[in-house]
Amino acid sequence: MSTKQRGVPSSIWEFFCSLKLTIFSLISLAVTSIIGTVLQQNLTRKQYLAVFSKDTYEFLNDLQFFDMYHSWWFIGLLVLFCINLTCCSIKRFPRVWRIVHHPNVTPTEQQLKAFSNADERLVKGDIKTVAEKMGNFLAENFAAAKVFEKDGITYLYAEKRKYARFGVYVTHLSILVIFLGAIIGNIYGFKGYVNIPEGGSVSQIWLRNVEAPLPLGFDVHCDDFSVSFYGDSQRPKEFRSVLSIVDGGEVKIDHRPTVVNDPLSYKGLTFYQSSYGPAGAGAVAIKVKVRGEDKADAFTLQRGETAELPGGDRVKVVDCTATFRNFGPAAQLAVTSRDGERQIVTVFKNFAKFDEQRNGKYIFTLVDFNQLYYTGLQVTKDPGVMVVWLGCTMLILGCLVAFFISHQRMWVVISEQKDKVGVRFVGTSHRNQPAFELYFDELKYKFRDALSQD
Amino acid sequence: MSSGQLFNVVTFGYFAAMVLFIGFLATRSVVVAKLGNLCAYIGFVVQTFAIGLRWYETYQVPGANGYAPMSNLYESVVFFSWTILLIYIMIDLKYKYRAVGAFVLPFAFLAMAWAQLGLNDAIAPLVPALQSNWLTYHVITCFLGYAAFAVACGVSIMYLIKVRKQKNAGDGSSPAGGIVGLFPSAKILDDLNYKAIMIGFPLLSLGIITGAAWANYAWGTYWSWDPKETWSLIVWFIYAAFLHARITRGWAGRRAAFLSIIGFAATIFCYLGVNLLLAGLHSYGS
Repeated sequence: MSTKQRGVPSSIWEFFCSLKLTIFSLISLAVTSIIGTVLQQNLTRKQYLAVFSKDTYEFLNDLQFFDMYHSWWFIGLLVLFCINLTCCSIKRFPRVWRIVHHPNVTPTEQQLKAFSNADERLVKGDIKTVAEKMGNFLAENFAAAKVFEKDGITYLYAEKRKYARFGVYVTHLSILVIFLGAIIGNIYGFKGYVNIPEGGSVSQIWLRNVEAPLPLGFDVHCDDFSVSFYGDSQRPKEFRSVLSIVDGGEVKIDHRPTVVNDPLSYKGLTFYQSSYGPAGAGAVAIKVKVRGEDKADAFTLQRGETAELPGGDRVKVVDCTATFRNFGPAAQLAVTSRDGERQIVTVFKNFAKFDEQRNGKYIFTLVDFNQLYYTGLQVTKDPGVMVVWLGCTMLILGCLVAFFISHQRMWVVISEQKDKVGVRFVGTSHRNQPAFELYFDELKYKFRDALSQD
Repeated sequence: MSSGQLFNVVTFGYFAAMVLFIGFLATRSVVVAKLGNLCAYIGFVVQTFAIGLRWYETYQVPGANGYAPMSNLYESVVFFSWTILLIYIMIDLKYKYRAVGAFVLPFAFLAMAWAQLGLNDAIAPLVPALQSNWLTYHVITCFLGYAAFAVACGVSIMYLIKVRKQKNAGDGSSPAGGIVGLFPSAKILDDLNYKAIMIGFPLLSLGIITGAAWANYAWGTYWSWDPKETWSLIVWFIYAAFLHARITRGWAGRRAAFLSIIGFAATIFCYLGVNLLLAGLHSYGS
């Protein structure tokens, strides 16, 4: 079709099919994507106004730069990209389908001349035996051939890995599949979170930006939460929640340890270990001895709680922690004597003799520290995620096929040439021509050998 | 003997190889090029052993469980230079274009020198977020992809020098003199560039996908437009544009070579710039 004859609809079609549009949309997506990595996204208005003037803020906000990956223009570019790859595929697919399913098995003289990989021989004998020889030659060295006849000429056609032609379409389709998965996740999925104190259970979670909680339909129980560290360092080794799920009065999942990188799934929902914190005041077990006496009294006190000592003085737990610097569990106690004199004492679980050296009236030891925690779980449901993985698999397989596998085709054309038989051997590969050329050159020798044999 | 000492040997080996390859461009002596290759190959073998040794060393830290040595910036830079050599050796075994070494070894040497001189090489056991087998798959695929792009970038620079020289020399057929005469022909360089990106692109895709799978497993979100994720996608867009440019009239040749160089610049920004300049999830545990 010439340019002059082209109507408006067909030039629109050509526009959406063009590779220049592909390059334009890919480069535009690359360039615009930078904005969101430089401008922090989805902060509050107040946070932005701390950096930008009001006018600049309004301007950037109007352009949707603060949530650019969901802006109309970025989504628009993605849609353009999808339309382009769909149109390109639709335009080219029928031709490829024809090549694969209805190959040109009887090329014309003109077409035969256009092959750059070709060889020609004149031999004695009759067409039938030569065709048989050539059939064996192709089957042995390349692939089984089909035989065709047209106008007294015999054609042998053989091909290999014709599916390679579809690699590029699988790749293109994979991108649409990934987007489809993302859309499914956006419509039917959600992200939420829930905090459960040790020993507690919940039956609902909270979604981001939603006031009302979402009922789960089952109970999640936190049996235990713990943090461990590497040696004496502050470097965390593991955050571990032990979770149970009770559904309809029945324990469905019992004491399942859930750590970062090993979430718990139940009924399409997945629970991820994401944070933790102290739940309620910690409790300490302390022992008190009056100096010089053997008898020791034991107390278990919560933070802020007060107990009376044997001599009538009082002790209060001012503060307690699981790790004080690198010294492990520690508690700060306030000892108030009967006449109102107040003294602060620090005790460490790992250094039992520490308070003895203070030379006070009492000797305190910290026997144990107990802090209840809550575990913070992220809860997500995303029914689109399997579709996304399907798309990703297609993307990789499609790329590998499109890049590394080529559809190779060969023809042997046998015709009467005066009193001899003319044999023509041609081949082509849909990609990676240089490698095919080397391969074909080797085959040429075998082709000649096969013809000269009796 | 520690892995750190061996990595110093490796750094020296790559330096020697780089100097010899540049010497080859100046002297055109095949012996010099062969010596350069010898240094590069020995460096690669020592580096492979040293990475294995460091892996073993991670098990020797008291209280640690051991991990594949690819988790902090130092380890990733060392691994990056190893992957560059791996791709280089594959190309060298197949094509034997000696001049390519002069444009690829500098990347490997600079990476090793930076790691040995400027980065913290302490073995630190993994924080909970990094304790996943996905870490290994993710890092290996990403860095093999990066290395392929590094080679493509080196070859593209050679291509641009070559076509410029040919243009200045008048018609394209006259043999370009000097150093450029040692380069493979522009057609071969263009093809090598394409082949390297054909290897790199699926690996990058796989790197992005394994990263997404890991994020989904650790946080429940396979994509969150974190700067690192976004930059990896930017790199993917650029190389996707490259692959289509090569089959588009007016975009093959010089423009494709420029895209390859821009792609590698974006790759380096994705790898280092994001961590050093922007905030996000990939803090290399610092």
